[in-house]
Amino acid sequence: MNHLNQRKVTNIIALSLASLCAAIGLALLFIILFDVLKNGLGSINWRLFTEDPAPPTIAGAGGLRSAFLGQGLLTLAAAVIGVPLGILGGTFLSEYGRHHKISRVISMLSDIAVSIPSIVIGTFVYAVLVKPFGSYNGWAGAAALAIIILPIIIRTTEDMMNMVPWALREAAFALGAPYCRVIWNVVYRSASAGIFTGVLLAIARIAGETAPLLFTSFNSNFFQLNMSAPVPSLTVSIYQYAASPYQNWVGMAWAAAFVVTCFVLLMNIIGRLTIKLKVKG
Amino acid sequence: MNMDLMTVDNLDFYYGSHRALKAVNMPVVKNAITSLIGPSGCGKTTLLRCFNRMHDLYPGNRYEGAITMRGVNILSKQEDLISLRSRLGMVFQKPTPFPMSVFDNIAYGPRLRKVKNKNILQERVEKALRQAALWDEVKDRLNDNAAGLSGGQQQRLVIARTLAVEPEVILFDESTSALDPISTQKIEELMVELKKDVTILAVTHNMQQAARVSDFTALMYLGELIEYGDTKTIFTRPKHKMTEEYVSGHFG
Repeated sequence: MNHLNQRKVTNIIALSLASLCAAIGLALLFIILFDVLKNGLGSINWRLFTEDPAPPTIAGAGGLRSAFLGQGLLTLAAAVIGVPLGILGGTFLSEYGRHHKISRVISMLSDIAVSIPSIVIGTFVYAVLVKPFGSYNGWAGAAALAIIILPIIIRTTEDMMNMVPWALREAAFALGAPYCRVIWNVVYRSASAGIFTGVLLAIARIAGETAPLLFTSFNSNFFQLNMSAPVPSLTVSIYQYAASPYQNWVGMAWAAAFVVTCFVLLMNIIGRLTIKLKVKG
Repeated sequence: MNMDLMTVDNLDFYYGSHRALKAVNMPVVKNAITSLIGPSGCGKTTLLRCFNRMHDLYPGNRYEGAITMRGVNILSKQEDLISLRSRLGMVFQKPTPFPMSVFDNIAYGPRLRKVKNKNILQERVEKALRQAALWDEVKDRLNDNAAGLSGGQQQRLVIARTLAVEPEVILFDESTSALDPISTQKIEELMVELKKDVTILAVTHNMQQAARVSDFTALMYLGELIEYGDTKTIFTRPKHKMTEEYVSGHFG
């Protein structure tokens, strides 16, 4: 049974290689998480959330309250722009435009757009929304983030709506429902858990973005939430603090990184749980 | 006293360039059950889906000829599909409960017609569920998700949902083929009961079912209507040899 042994050996080799690669990936992930946890937990305190940035020379003062709020505001604005556009776009691809070639093209372009480096989007928005106005501004940052989530939401919405069986739409049509009502109270309802998860994952994706903000909303050391001016950003602050020579700033960067990581993790967990409970259950 | 509610005149139907129905002629008698039988791919479902213009949902489909209802060709381009589909309801092969409560499922049609008054909705829902012989089983769980009902209950729910629109005709597309014998029997009894109020056109693979419940039967083969007649004649003294062979199980 020589060839049988050979197959077994091949199988063992393939299995070990695959397991090894998975282990390397996991190990790296856990080293990063552990590092963030160790350094972040050591520096986290209430001041981080209650005080605004202070000069590094004043020991025991200053936090990143404005940066948390600014980042939240940018993410929220991006979601307000990107989520409805994305859902409507996905609806077109899956429903009204499903027999048109243009839909396949848009769908494919969205897949490509998901993997455009975010710094490229940042540069593009810089040219369109920063340069002409002469100043970094919050709207530009929100626009950059919205552009990042748009293809993700378009594609998840399309996929989730495509999963709704046609028989269900036909049943609604057969009752004399116009297409918009079929989409609104039958298709969206069936696909809601999936679309919701897609939106959460998309928001998790942009919550930790730095590159697209560097050229657009940049950062501000002051408590200011005017979207027409530079808006304080947590991720850009982390970038600046971590690269600074001051011990307390570096510590704050770790703490903030820890908070962002937790937020992204939480979003992902909620998203996956929703899918598990509602789509499969 | 038989009265024709609709007549199919020289109906051709094309999926793109494929001619799926060839010069079909038949009446649909009012307040009666008409069965469409024939082997798989013979065009019976295609014919059924012409009546509520389901084919219009997909591009490249074309009708020629006419289905006349009260002097109007319902296949004409001017026909308003929303109103047509509320006059001709359809029950599909597999139950299609919407992802909402039992009550909302039934109220779907009335709400489309802007019935907002709670009491009227309540009445309509109860009436439809009673007509579909489902009221006693679900009256305490009207707010539960319809997906929790059994397959047979779901199919009666779909029938009730169709009835709530108060259609003149109900098109059944092999609506019992996915159900167990007891649920099937319930739905058959229901169809006979419903004849008082509506006209029924049913596609079925089940010869006994056609013989049991229908008043008229049409046999189709390769897109053509081979024979139409009252069920008794079709099953006992058919004119065509093919009909005799099909109903006795020798082909198809």
